[in-house]
Amino acid sequence: MAQVKMNGMVKSQEKLASGVYSMWIEAPQIAEQAVAGQFISVYTKDPSRLLPRPISLCEIDREAGAIRIVYRVVGAGTSEFSCYKEGDSIEVMGPLGNGFPLKEKRAFLIGGGIGIPPMLELAKELNCEKTAVLGYRDELFLEKELGSYSKVYVATEDGSAGTKGNVLDAIREGNLEADIIYACGPTPMLRAVKEYAAEKGIECYLSLEEKMACGIGACLACVCQSKEVDHHSHVHNKRICKDGPVFAAEEVEL
Amino acid sequence: MNTKVTIAGVELKNPVMTASGTFGSGAEYGEMVDLNRLGAVVTKGVANVPWEGNPTPRIAEVYGGMLNAIGLQNPGIDVFVQRDIPFLRQYDTKIIVNVCGKTTEDYVAVVERLGDEDVDMLEINISCPNVKEGGIAFGQDPKAVEAITKEVKRYAKQPVIMKLSPNVTDIGVMAKAAEAGGADALSLINTLTGMKIDIHKRRFALANKTGGFSGPAVKPVAVRMVYQVANAVKLPIIGMGGIATAEDAIEFILAGATAVSVGTANFFNPYATMEIVQGIEAYMEKYGVKDIKELIGAVR
Repeated sequence: MAQVKMNGMVKSQEKLASGVYSMWIEAPQIAEQAVAGQFISVYTKDPSRLLPRPISLCEIDREAGAIRIVYRVVGAGTSEFSCYKEGDSIEVMGPLGNGFPLKEKRAFLIGGGIGIPPMLELAKELNCEKTAVLGYRDELFLEKELGSYSKVYVATEDGSAGTKGNVLDAIREGNLEADIIYACGPTPMLRAVKEYAAEKGIECYLSLEEKMACGIGACLACVCQSKEVDHHSHVHNKRICKDGPVFAAEEVEL
Repeated sequence: MNTKVTIAGVELKNPVMTASGTFGSGAEYGEMVDLNRLGAVVTKGVANVPWEGNPTPRIAEVYGGMLNAIGLQNPGIDVFVQRDIPFLRQYDTKIIVNVCGKTTEDYVAVVERLGDEDVDMLEINISCPNVKEGGIAFGQDPKAVEAITKEVKRYAKQPVIMKLSPNVTDIGVMAKAAEAGGADALSLINTLTGMKIDIHKRRFALANKTGGFSGPAVKPVAVRMVYQVANAVKLPIIGMGGIATAEDAIEFILAGATAVSVGTANFFNPYATMEIVQGIEAYMEKYGVKDIKELIGAVR
């Protein structure tokens, strides 16, 4: 099987926080193949906006043939998605990318902002001791749902909940420990997590993002700098959409 | 119904091909598109050695189109010959290799290397707006166009298509220069140089500042240029620029293109090439066109 582009149907949509929405999409051909850490391309109905928006999978319900995305409204495209109602059609392609390697080790699931959603499906699929460390600017979302599958620690920039500061501040304040890290979030956070993992000598996987066009590895728009020579172009540019979005931390330069 | 067209002695089963850089060497899209249905696959540009390409962000969306400044990242001719040609040869489609370079010697090295390889045509990219040296430097001066065409033709064993830039005052002059240099065919248009500024961050949207503008928004410019070139030279033309549907493709053919390339549309509709093949057949059926050649340049 491979990725498919299809017309899905919106099953439900709700607002989780200011500008943050959750949408369940019926898309059986995608749901049956998808794994934690993969993403889908979502297409707008307005043809003046050509390119799909890559959005990570927050949950996969294989039995119901549905996938869930939790996304932030950042521009006209995501704004259009946020207006979709139950029963509306939505064009999607997926599943895309590699996903997280599932290793049964005491794990940190570190999410920053809109990097938090993929941690939910990961928490559901990992069968081991888990600690989710979630960083927010201010308003929280998904922290309660993650609480059903994992211990949860929160950091907020404004100190309105949990530790005041970032995810690493929360780890230090809670004297938290793990043997493997899975992380998704803004680049400065990922850079700091990578450094922390190297210091502690812990295995670490990072999920990256970049502007994308094709989403399947052909256009070479979304490359990141890799330590090893990539197998596509034989330079040091791994494709985030195809070779990633999840990379071993030591594999990529941030 | 005959959909076959011939370019420089190479017969294509239909006039639909991919535009260089939007389709890799077909491997990624091969999972979604039956490559046997395509007239030809035009590969991502390949140089004599691997190229790293530009820093990211490399793309930006704009109204009705996009900007790209990939910078011709490619694995170099050695990997291409070992990996990509055998992959494409499994399919019943023609292989057109897009060749890029920074100097005349670079282009010639790739062209010579391909001499004994099983590929059908060469497309010489003298019009990439995203690399500082080479590329477009050759494509904006008629003397340089003629000279590089001549030089490539001296070494090429396959028919040579020169890919023209729209970022010139008169594309007809460039087309005539390529014809004078001995080109077998022309392809146009490459992307239009554009720019986008993020007003909130007060930064360029692309790391490269400028990028090539493509997508449905550029189509009227491309159709006009195909018509202009068709009237300026006798060479067969491969038309491209914003083609997303069979109707778009037919417009280019009526303007004078013998074949068409589908580029940016692959990004928003991976099935675009196949839909265009089917749509052209449906159009021919509807209007009783027995041979697609009747349509080439039919609007004067």
